[in-house]
Amino acid sequence: MAIEKDPWNIIITGVGGQGNVLASQILGQMLVQKGYVITIGETYGASQRGGSVMSHLRVSQRDQFSPLIPEGKCDLVVGLEPVEALRVLAQYGNPGVQMLINTRPIFPIDVIAGNTRYPELSVVLKKIQTLSRRVWTLNATEIGLELGDPIFSNIVMIGALSAIDLLPLGREDFQDTIQEYLPFHKVHLNMEAFDRGREAVQEFLL
Amino acid sequence: MGNEAIARGAIEAGVQVCAAYPGNPSSEIIGSLSQVARELGIYVEWSVNEKVALEVATAASFAGLRGLTAMKQNGLNVASDFLFNLNLSGSKGGLVVVVCDDPSALSSTNEEDSRLFAKMCDLPLLEPSTVQEAQKMTRWAFDLSEELGLPCLIRSVTRLSHARGNAELGPITKNQQNPRFDTSRPIIPQPVMETHKALHNKMKTCQDRFEQSPFNVYRGPEKPELLVVTCGPGWMYVREALLNLGAENRTGILKLATTWPLPASFLMEHLKKADRILFVEEVDPFLENNVKELCAQRAGELGVKTFLGKASSHLPNVGEINPDIVTRAIQQILDEPYEPRSLQYAREAAEAVSLLAPSRELGFCAGCPHRATYWSVKNALAMDGRDGIVLGDIGCYTLGVRPAGFSQVKTCHAMGSGVGLANGFGHLERFGLNQPVLTVCGDSTFYHAAIPALVNARYNQSNFLMLILDNSATAMTGFQPHAGTGRTAMGADASVVDIEALCKALGARVQVKNPFDVQDTTETIYKLLQDREGIKVLILKQECALVRVKRQKALYKVRVDQERCVGQECGCNRRCTRIFKCPGLAWDPVTGKAQIDEAICTGCGTCADICPQSAILKETV
Repeated sequence: MAIEKDPWNIIITGVGGQGNVLASQILGQMLVQKGYVITIGETYGASQRGGSVMSHLRVSQRDQFSPLIPEGKCDLVVGLEPVEALRVLAQYGNPGVQMLINTRPIFPIDVIAGNTRYPELSVVLKKIQTLSRRVWTLNATEIGLELGDPIFSNIVMIGALSAIDLLPLGREDFQDTIQEYLPFHKVHLNMEAFDRGREAVQEFLL
Repeated sequence: MGNEAIARGAIEAGVQVCAAYPGNPSSEIIGSLSQVARELGIYVEWSVNEKVALEVATAASFAGLRGLTAMKQNGLNVASDFLFNLNLSGSKGGLVVVVCDDPSALSSTNEEDSRLFAKMCDLPLLEPSTVQEAQKMTRWAFDLSEELGLPCLIRSVTRLSHARGNAELGPITKNQQNPRFDTSRPIIPQPVMETHKALHNKMKTCQDRFEQSPFNVYRGPEKPELLVVTCGPGWMYVREALLNLGAENRTGILKLATTWPLPASFLMEHLKKADRILFVEEVDPFLENNVKELCAQRAGELGVKTFLGKASSHLPNVGEINPDIVTRAIQQILDEPYEPRSLQYAREAAEAVSLLAPSRELGFCAGCPHRATYWSVKNALAMDGRDGIVLGDIGCYTLGVRPAGFSQVKTCHAMGSGVGLANGFGHLERFGLNQPVLTVCGDSTFYHAAIPALVNARYNQSNFLMLILDNSATAMTGFQPHAGTGRTAMGADASVVDIEALCKALGARVQVKNPFDVQDTTETIYKLLQDREGIKVLILKQECALVRVKRQKALYKVRVDQERCVGQECGCNRRCTRIFKCPGLAWDPVTGKAQIDEAICTGCGTCADICPQSAILKETV
């Protein structure tokens, strides 16, 4: 499958502890299996402790690129958290960017403390829609909790990404990759998370 | 991953001994080697600190084997004392020292450019630009080290160590070399004048090898308007910038992978190509200054050049660089138009973020024992009332300087410096200092650098309280085993070095408490602060929440009794959410009462103990 431009740039964003880095590794590995040249830049460390975490993926058919995406050049945002998805647009957004968003907020400490407010979800999503080409949403955390652990939300999101058909990511590709990363007894639940994500994702329309 | 590629290069080179102390962004090098150590028959250890790690790897080299050590920038400072003797004595088997710098201090307390060490102690320095190069150049570094009889430095940075990309792998070499130390030939730095001279001769040979290195590449037209000299990830950024600007046919890129000693002839050949030369590199103007020095020396051949870079303010001399910074620098020099997106969109997106996206202050994880500890420290110091000084150290608990730890910590420098500073503060009472002195230190940091300071304190009769925050983990860097965990890097069981027994043996008075019991901990700290004689150690023992939740789901099922919580009416000023601020708590704006966020709470139960209404209930699961 040819990508619409080369390199095609993805940002996976969320909050420390959401499994952002593992999601970028699995996605990268699935695309390498499909013959793409992938470069990933990860930011973690101190950001692990409740801070914003971002991974940059450059998908190409010809070459490696910088592990950091230039300003305004993101083609797809995978937001594991809604305001983190919005935050990415300030530096990397453009009118053609597409958005896949987990709608479950994680409240910053200052919000919990009552020093600042977390905006209404509908307001965030509407703003994101005006700043992008298309938006898809699902509550991946809720599905994760139903499967027994919110940590599955990152895999739910990969399932959702495979359903919206922007990249050639099939169920078998996921299965092949996840078997390399996880022990056998964990594969089944992760496959279920993937499938639930495929079913739950919907285009967000005003 | 860049770090995995470095590890792979070492395996392909037949490395037999690898040792390191963890530190981001370097930790995954030894981490990934430890996973294959048994299978490949190599020895891997997490050492107590970077100096010991370098010495362990060097012993292998002295016995004719290949050794590797890896560290972050601060680690090289710790190891440098040995390195500045090792350069003179030389090494035998291939010895590679990898240092991963952290520009912008993404996971560090400082920013530094370790390349200066290579120049200071006259050692070969390699700077890979891509994941593939990281693997190939590490493999080559072992051959080079062995040929020269010198340790070889490899400098990575966060954006390479933590980048991932496709790489072609080479064959694995299983080295079965027998170690032997030739006792008839001692390896010592003396006589210094001779060994120093020999070192310079070795570096001359090294320079000859670098002149021929296929990792140094020129790409661009024969007569470019601008020549960009770059190294490390700068190479990727410059290529991206030229792509952004469509300026590939006006600009040449000279990528240097061997940055000390400089390959002078190779450089001269390419510097002749253009009158304007731009240096693109991270942190210090290392390449920039060294190449200028060469140009001054050879000015007769080269003529007048215009040098651009950090000195000309085209690039920053602090922090990370990225494709945008490099694009703007080259755009300015070449006077090319560049608009990555419409200004109106950029403005609108920035406004939306500042209006709608609350910032995320770093915090301790839900259920982290450090939050409970700092809560007790804060209350004990308030009860004491003498404005006690809390001296911090390196680890997750460094966040004690920020609101996450109720801003209790007032200093934070190098590993073990908290207790070192406490030594000094503990002697200032004689000059009238009337503030009690308290220092916090993690378990891994304790082993790494706190022990000599504690010996000093006991013998020289200083006076302070040391809290050892023992969470049985090197949590900040990814849970590497240390001397208190009962496990080695290769997965073997080991008897722990008992912190309590060690402190007692040093003559400190030691108590052990559970930080989740906040009342007991607070009272204990308060009482110890009233004791004005000698060294008091309070070990606050509670497993890291991230380790605990992997093993067991929760200590307690925690919920808020909506009848008992009286919300804003309580007078507690929302102690749970506004003051204690665990992310597992939430405030329901509709009911005006506290709640538990079940997606985040790990069930430590500490919040139940701080609620004045006893409205937070913890039930044993």
